[in-house]
Amino acid sequence: MSAATKHKPMDRRRFLRDASRGVAGCALAGMGLTQFISDARALPAQAIRPPGALEESDFLAACIRCGLCVRDCPYDTLSLAELGHDGAATGTPFFTARDVPCEMCEDIPCVVACPTGALDHNLTNIDDADMGVAVLIDEEACLNALGLRCDVCYRVCPVIDKAITLELSPNTRSGAHAIFMPIVHSDHCTGCGKCEKSCVLPDESAIKVLPTRLAKAHSAEHYKLGWEENNPLVDELIDLPDRLPGSGTDNLAAPGGFLPGDMPDPSMEGGFTSSIKLPGTGGAGQ
Amino acid sequence: MSDKTHLPVGAEAIRDKGWLTAHKYLLLRRASQLFFLFLFLMGPWLGIWWVKGNLSGSLTFDILPLTDPFIAAQGIIAGHWPALTALIGALIVGVAYALIGGRVYCSWVCPINPVTDGAHWLHDKLGMTKGWQPKRETRYYVLGMVLAVSLLTGTIAWEFVNPISMLHRGLIFGVGFAWAFVLAVFLFDFAVSRRGWCGHLCPVGAFYNLLGTASVLRVTAKNRAACDDCMDCFAVCPENHVITPALRGQDDDTPLILSPDCTNCGRCIDVCAPEVFEFTHRFDATPAPGRVRAKSTPAPRADKAA
Ligand code: SF4
Ligand code: SF4
Ligand code: SF4
Ligand code: SF4
Repeated sequence: MSAATKHKPMDRRRFLRDASRGVAGCALAGMGLTQFISDARALPAQAIRPPGALEESDFLAACIRCGLCVRDCPYDTLSLAELGHDGAATGTPFFTARDVPCEMCEDIPCVVACPTGALDHNLTNIDDADMGVAVLIDEEACLNALGLRCDVCYRVCPVIDKAITLELSPNTRSGAHAIFMPIVHSDHCTGCGKCEKSCVLPDESAIKVLPTRLAKAHSAEHYKLGWEENNPLVDELIDLPDRLPGSGTDNLAAPGGFLPGDMPDPSMEGGFTSSIKLPGTGGAGQ
Repeated sequence: MSDKTHLPVGAEAIRDKGWLTAHKYLLLRRASQLFFLFLFLMGPWLGIWWVKGNLSGSLTFDILPLTDPFIAAQGIIAGHWPALTALIGALIVGVAYALIGGRVYCSWVCPINPVTDGAHWLHDKLGMTKGWQPKRETRYYVLGMVLAVSLLTGTIAWEFVNPISMLHRGLIFGVGFAWAFVLAVFLFDFAVSRRGWCGHLCPVGAFYNLLGTASVLRVTAKNRAACDDCMDCFAVCPENHVITPALRGQDDDTPLILSPDCTNCGRCIDVCAPEVFEFTHRFDATPAPGRVRAKSTPAPRADKAA
């Protein structure tokens, strides 16, 4: 390099010193910034992203915080997070369902407005939106759960009878009525928050939209819902030996006991000689 | 040095050219800064939505998309390839600043500039020492750090702390506690480091700096022969190291200020009484003889020797 040949070693040393000072200083600042970011990007549960928003980790790489989605929302649902006031990363769009829910516009103007694709342009049918999942979070306060007929969340739901259904069960308290329990079905719920907004209870709503990551458990892969799939787990049926009348607790010929003389042969594997004798049976058991 | 270095900065220019001419570019610049802010505020304040969004990304007349190319670059590094609209926007902004000088953003558009200029003004008024002066290259290290953190965290890292967006977005969408970042920059420039933020640390400025390396619009010290060493241009220039090669160059040296650090603010043109500087383009080859003078003896113009 010409700089190295032209300059005195003193210059090179100074350059190295300055450079390492710069690098070290910035490494320090970078660590601070990284730490700050990992704190600041935690999204509070009640802050819901607009429809079509990418997965939160991708969203923060994509959203430039321009607010165009906010501007084009006709219902003023969305706002940009303000530092220290709203929990979402500063300047990113979100809404609070209890204040203003998403009205699920047919043409989804917020998504159309997004220049970066932080709101995914592949979302063209608002019913496919997945902003979160409503959860009936307080069954002790929900009027329907208490056996009354409120039904408000059910009736305001834009995906009524798919996202929320009312499931009937006997009201054991009165003994004569039914409980119309609001049940949310996550595959249809868009997370628009209209139910949360409309819940008639004062202050907090009994039904709340939560981020899907909090609201949904992963289904247990190792259990098989036999009433939904009746194909066997293993291709070839394993024919386990039927229990024959004889020794065992579900012995049909001699319920709960052994037939006389039916003791396992002590010479066989697992056989034993009973240490007790019961009267009249000639063997152990009972 | 002449006695004139002891006169208040720009005093001669005001006397010779009149106050207005001696503040022409400063006034134009403030007007431009207000104009760009007002464009964005017309919507929320007056309901006239010619421009929507903020400096990070905007849409003008529902057709022209603009995106901050630095933010777009961080996004790409963080792992998101922006949709076409944002890419076109970044391209338009990038090409524009590459032509007129990247740091035109700093002096004519950036809302932090009045803040740091204000800090500098107060700093000067109180006659404070320049304080901590990190190397000017530090901003490139900061720029590298920001890109590295973007990669590491998979986020547009600088937007978590960027005082520019905090202020601009804050004014348009609601500020929250973001003003604290702006205050921090003001205090830093005022009390810790003279011209510290914009001149030494801001990675946005560093990015635009690189963008404007070959910019067409440039200031030239064409009339450098007339320089009377009052040093006012050095006093007002936020990046005054860029002046020396052009102003003090010999006949064969170009009078163009070619350093991309120059923000094209034009303040040197304002304060120079003998009208040494003017705006031109980088291909301007008008010969500009250097000064003929005995070493370190300034040759003040007779009419101005105070
Ligand atoms: S779908 Fe409509 S109401 Fe919902 S956030 Fe988007 S623009 Fe607003
Ligand atoms: S329009 Fe897209 S990039 Fe802009 S704030 Fe909304 S989500 Fe972010
Ligand atoms: S959030 Fe509530 S109102 Fe909206 S779709 Fe889900 S259940 Fe229905
Ligand atoms: S250096 Fe940074 S803060 Fe200063 S004017 Fe330029 S972009 Fe704005």
